[in-house]
Amino acid sequence: MTTSKLTENTAGESGGPMVKAEGVHKSYGAAHILKGIDLEVQPREVFCLIGPSGSGKSTFLRCINHLEKINAGRLSVDGELVGYREHKGKLYELRDKEVAARRRDIGMVFQRFNLFPHMTAIENVMEAPVQVKGESKASARERAAKLLDRVGLADKAGNYPSQLSGGQQQRVAIARALAMEPKLMLFDEPTSALDPELVGDVLDVMKDLAADGMTMIVVTHEMGFAREVGDSLVFMDNGVVVESGHPREVLGNPQHERTKSFLSKVL
Amino acid sequence: MSVDVDKSAQPPADAPPPQPEPIKAIPVRHYGRWVAALVVIALLAALGRAFATGDVNWNAIPQYMFNGDILKGLRNTLLITVLSMIIGVVGGVILAVMRQSKNPVTSTVSWFYIWFFRGTPVYVQLFLWFNLGLVFHYIDIMPIYKDEWSDFMTPFLCALLGLGLNEAAYMAEICRAGLNAVDEGQTEAAHALGMSHGKTLRRIIVPQAMRVIVPPTGNEVINMLKTSSLVVAVQYYDLLQAAQNVGRDSGVVVEMLILAAAWYLIATTVLSIGQYYLERYYARGASRQLPPTPLQRLRAKLAGGLNRAGGAA
Repeated sequence: MTTSKLTENTAGESGGPMVKAEGVHKSYGAAHILKGIDLEVQPREVFCLIGPSGSGKSTFLRCINHLEKINAGRLSVDGELVGYREHKGKLYELRDKEVAARRRDIGMVFQRFNLFPHMTAIENVMEAPVQVKGESKASARERAAKLLDRVGLADKAGNYPSQLSGGQQQRVAIARALAMEPKLMLFDEPTSALDPELVGDVLDVMKDLAADGMTMIVVTHEMGFAREVGDSLVFMDNGVVVESGHPREVLGNPQHERTKSFLSKVL
Repeated sequence: MSVDVDKSAQPPADAPPPQPEPIKAIPVRHYGRWVAALVVIALLAALGRAFATGDVNWNAIPQYMFNGDILKGLRNTLLITVLSMIIGVVGGVILAVMRQSKNPVTSTVSWFYIWFFRGTPVYVQLFLWFNLGLVFHYIDIMPIYKDEWSDFMTPFLCALLGLGLNEAAYMAEICRAGLNAVDEGQTEAAHALGMSHGKTLRRIIVPQAMRVIVPPTGNEVINMLKTSSLVVAVQYYDLLQAAQNVGRDSGVVVEMLILAAAWYLIATTVLSIGQYYLERYYARGASRQLPPTPLQRLRAKLAGGLNRAGGAA
């Protein structure tokens, strides 16, 4: 079992929920994107976020690793507040360096891959361990080669991203995030920019990861993946959580009108 | 063995179809092109003849090509070009980062600097540096240096500051454009991996920005090489100054100007070649397959020719 694992460090340290959101609000100027999100993500859980575009699911995901700053509410990852330090009942904004340190434990995979185009696949995977953790190049290269092998791209290590298909690029991006040995992985519509025939390869890697016990939050339109792999599912619309529960329940027997009409269009 | 026999007996279904016969047709004759080529060649010949039979002592040019004074001037021109560009690039990067800064004071100062140095002719700026002694009579860096301004501000320093600080304003705009050209997703991806602002800039953003920055910077270097001839205004002994001095002393004024032009052309050609290879370096990863360099193409051609010759023999 251990040998087939993509990563070892998956369980949380705090013993509590991996992610806890209480009344999270986010707005850009006059646009109110998140209007009070409450949810909990447990360690080793695959947590799926679905909903129409503009419902705020990607924004919420980006708040979790502080790519966006929340305006109100509390958001914590593994027991630590995102972006703030609490001392004697007062909140202190974190310095850039501290924010960066917290992000090391959270992997993120983007819709548009965002691989570094001037580096080869293996250099992409090595970059953060060497630059951020100070790992030796030799050891990082060895681990990167293993990760690329795990996502099925051992033979593409020397290719630049422009020489890879979208599905291959996204798998390199997953390997790059895993190289930091995160305790939480965020997926922002990881298959939305892919040709339909390439989606399966990426989903297979994600299923492997889920089977290894990685805590994952997945914003997705792949209802099949959510039903098969997901442990919890939340349907968001217009900045609020409309319905949540086990994926099979929500997808199979939606309670709210809004959920029903959304699912009738995508299923 | 048996496989071979099978193949020859029955070609696989996906074998390429037999080559179709190419079309044989009489090509269109472009008489206009022939006429135009003849006219242009005739004009060039007339121009060449005019110069060759003109009142120019052509023998003087190779004679003075490696004259000591000319080479000293060339050396000074190259020196002032390189040093001014270094000031320009370093200053430009600092100004570009200041301009992007969230601090309103630094961004305004940067804006003002660019406004002033881009808005005034470099020729005027050179004179201003030369005459700044009217404002600052002494230069006094307390423990280490104290002198009169006119002694401190040598022609070299004048030329260096005039050209370098002016260049910084242009380089700032080039750098800013390069930094802005990098997709925002790159910054997000780097930040999501836990990289700091500085590391993101150094490892991720700048290498990609270079692809946008290098070509216009190459232009700036070539421009600088030529603009440096303006430093004659502050008595700096550059290539043009040397050519004029030698020309006056030896009575070959026009010849030395042509010689200077030749040296400028040689220098810009060498710089262009350097720029080509630098651009290639920063283009890695940007396109699937880089086209071969002229040198590689030449080598491939030679190798192909040799192989063919070897095959024939």
